[in-house]
Amino acid sequence: MKPILSVRGLTKSFGRRVACRDVAFELWPGEVLGIVGESGSGKTTLLNCLAGRLTPDAGSVDYDSAAYGPIDVHGLSEARRRFLSRTEWGFVNQDARDGLRMGVSAGANIGERLMAVGARHYGEIRHTASEWLGRVEIEQDRLDDRPTTYSGGMRQRLQIARNLVSNPRLVFMDEPTGGLDVSVQARILDLLRSLVQTLHLSAVLVTHDLGVARLLTHRLMVMQGGRVVEDGLTDQVLDDPQHAYTQMLVASILPV
Amino acid sequence: MLPALCVSGLTKSFVIHAQGDLALPVLRDVALTVSPGECLALVGPSGAGKSTLLRSLYGNYRADTGSIRIRHDGHWVELVRAEPRRVLDVRRRTMGFVSQFLRVIPRVPAVDVVAEPAVRLGVGADDARRRAESLLEVLGIPAKLWSLPPATFSGGEQQRINIARSLIVDYPVLLLDEPTASLDADNRAGVVKLIHQRREAGAAIVGIFHDVSVRDALATRIHDVALPGTSVGVLA
Repeated sequence: MKPILSVRGLTKSFGRRVACRDVAFELWPGEVLGIVGESGSGKTTLLNCLAGRLTPDAGSVDYDSAAYGPIDVHGLSEARRRFLSRTEWGFVNQDARDGLRMGVSAGANIGERLMAVGARHYGEIRHTASEWLGRVEIEQDRLDDRPTTYSGGMRQRLQIARNLVSNPRLVFMDEPTGGLDVSVQARILDLLRSLVQTLHLSAVLVTHDLGVARLLTHRLMVMQGGRVVEDGLTDQVLDDPQHAYTQMLVASILPV
Repeated sequence: MLPALCVSGLTKSFVIHAQGDLALPVLRDVALTVSPGECLALVGPSGAGKSTLLRSLYGNYRADTGSIRIRHDGHWVELVRAEPRRVLDVRRRTMGFVSQFLRVIPRVPAVDVVAEPAVRLGVGADDARRRAESLLEVLGIPAKLWSLPPATFSGGEQQRINIARSLIVDYPVLLLDEPTASLDADNRAGVVKLIHQRREAGAAIVGIFHDVSVRDALATRIHDVALPGTSVGVLA
């Protein structure tokens, strides 16, 4: 077995501000890696560099593609990278509006991904789309409604369906439960947890919520000021934090 | 017979950065060996480091130095400084842990919480569910609770869910942190019986049992954590 993602020396600055500095790690098939830290610690910049949405100033991201074998994500042509991001990858945005096409129906949002991987049969696409609505616990009679008529939690679940319908191998998630009510959050966490397990996904999840990290991830990287200050098994990092910053984060959790 | 778990030179301290890097040494040069069919009871005064030792064995706490080796798939695996995926694989297939408190997963019914470790190992969903139900029955959880998420269960019920979850897979090594702490006498007897069966079937067990009757029923040896590097006293 080899890593699905190998990251070396990744550095990205915006002007004089370094957003992430010399980040290196390997992600193995079936692993869910959490990136935690406060706002401004560089988590989202790192995620966007991994997914090819931002070009790093230095370093490399190698992805072990099912279709092409080992490839350098930032050496790919734009067309090929886009193809990859619609087929082998998923990206779940914090704001579902950024990941959905709000002007077309829920069914079309899911169907579009299927067509990107070659599905052409209208009836089958519709059937699969409807099945996925069910899997993410949306009433199937909402298939023809636009996401503008959906609640925030439903939109997020639709975005998850759109991302997972094409059977991706690697999913990037940026605060997938941020900004949602706790009961809605619990439902999405439960859904993501079971989907990641049954589909044997590899995933990189950015969150500032350590409870979300504990529930969904196997491993954690803790970022502060663009640097990874600590990493390890999720329960070990949370229960026996070594770095001063991690100890501060863990000590700041509100008990319920 | 080959031991299942072999610990040597294990040292662990906590450094609290918010208090001027205050260092609290807890474990110093711990050595112990547990073979299949043995149950090693950790004893010592409160604060001596029993839980810290148990959690270090599970990889939940990070050891400073030393060695924790476990028989996994017929090979020795070193757990100190092992990669996370290595530790997770050992936990999935070889080493189970019963903690005092259940970490509840929102919305997931009790029976699925219990079945999950078996499902993860590839046991079919129906089969795993049946196993889970029979464990819940043995542990005296009323059937009407099985389909409910355990968040609202009593402490004793949650603890028994936790025990069922850790016993649904036949782990060759079991770590028990006060498995009967909040149980009444009847339920305690049920748990002791289940753990005893596992020991007889060849599991290597390390446990903390404050209840002396439970300890007497299960332990085959005592390890005093207040005395560095010792593992003495044969009970059974």
